[in-house]
Amino acid sequence: MGNAKLGAERPLSPHLSIYRPMLTMMMSIAHRISGAANAVGFLLLVWWLLAIASGPEAYAEVSSFFAGIPGRLLLFLFSWSLIHHMLGGIRHLIWDTGRGLDKVSIEIFAWATIIGSTVLTVLVWIAGYWLRGA
Amino acid sequence: MATPLKRVRGLGTAHHGTETFWRQRLTAVANVPLVVFLILAIVTHIGASYGDVHAFLARPLVTLAFAALILSAAIHMRIGLKEIIEDYVHGGAKIVAILLATFFAIGIGLASLLAIVKISLGS
Repeated sequence: MGNAKLGAERPLSPHLSIYRPMLTMMMSIAHRISGAANAVGFLLLVWWLLAIASGPEAYAEVSSFFAGIPGRLLLFLFSWSLIHHMLGGIRHLIWDTGRGLDKVSIEIFAWATIIGSTVLTVLVWIAGYWLRGA
Repeated sequence: MATPLKRVRGLGTAHHGTETFWRQRLTAVANVPLVVFLILAIVTHIGASYGDVHAFLARPLVTLAFAALILSAAIHMRIGLKEIIEDYVHGGAKIVAILLATFFAIGIGLASLLAIVKISLGS
C-alpha cells in the first residue's frame, strides 16, 4: 500500500509477452477463466432457487427461460465450466502432494482436463435427458 | 519466554500464512462431490413442474447438500476472485474490486441460503 509506483518498477513475473503460448499455460488461464465463469454462473442458481422459494408464478418464468435454447445453452456452458474447473482443480490437488509435476505428466493432465471435461459434460447431459425420458 | 513470534504477531503472517491456501483446498475437496450433485440435480430437473422441483429441494438431504454447496462455493469463490484481482488489478481499483467480489460472494451465499431454507421449511 502506498508503494504502487515502486512496485511497478520491479520486474514482474510472469513475463507473458516473451513466452510462446504453451498448452499448460493456456490451461492455467482456462482454470482462472472457468473459475470466474463459475462465479457468474452461480447467479443462474440463485435466480432458480429464489424463484422456487417465491412460488409457482416466479418459477414458471425461470423454468420457461431455462427450457429455451438460450437457457439450455447457458446451463450447458455453466456445467462445462464447472466440470472443467473441477478436473483442473483435482489436477492442482494432485500437484499439492508433490506428484505429477514432471513435463510428461503436466501435458497428460492438460489434455485429460480438456478432453475429460468435454466428454463428461456431454455424457452428463445425455444421461440427464435419458433419465427424464425427454 | 520471549520468542521472535511476539514481535511479528499482528504485523505479518504469524502462523496465518497458509490459512487461505488451506481453506481454498478444503472447499475445493468439498466442492467435488457437491458440484457433481448440483450438475445432476440441474440436468434432471430442466422443465420439471414446480411441485416436483419444490418437493425435491425440500427433502432434508437435498437441502443439506445445497446448503453445504452454497457455503463451500461462496468461500471458494471469494478466495479465487480475490486471487485473480490481486494479480491483475492494482492500486485503488484493487481495493474496490476486492470489495465488490466479497459482496458478490456473500450476496450469492446469503440469497441461496435464504431460498433453500424457505423451500425446506415449506412455503
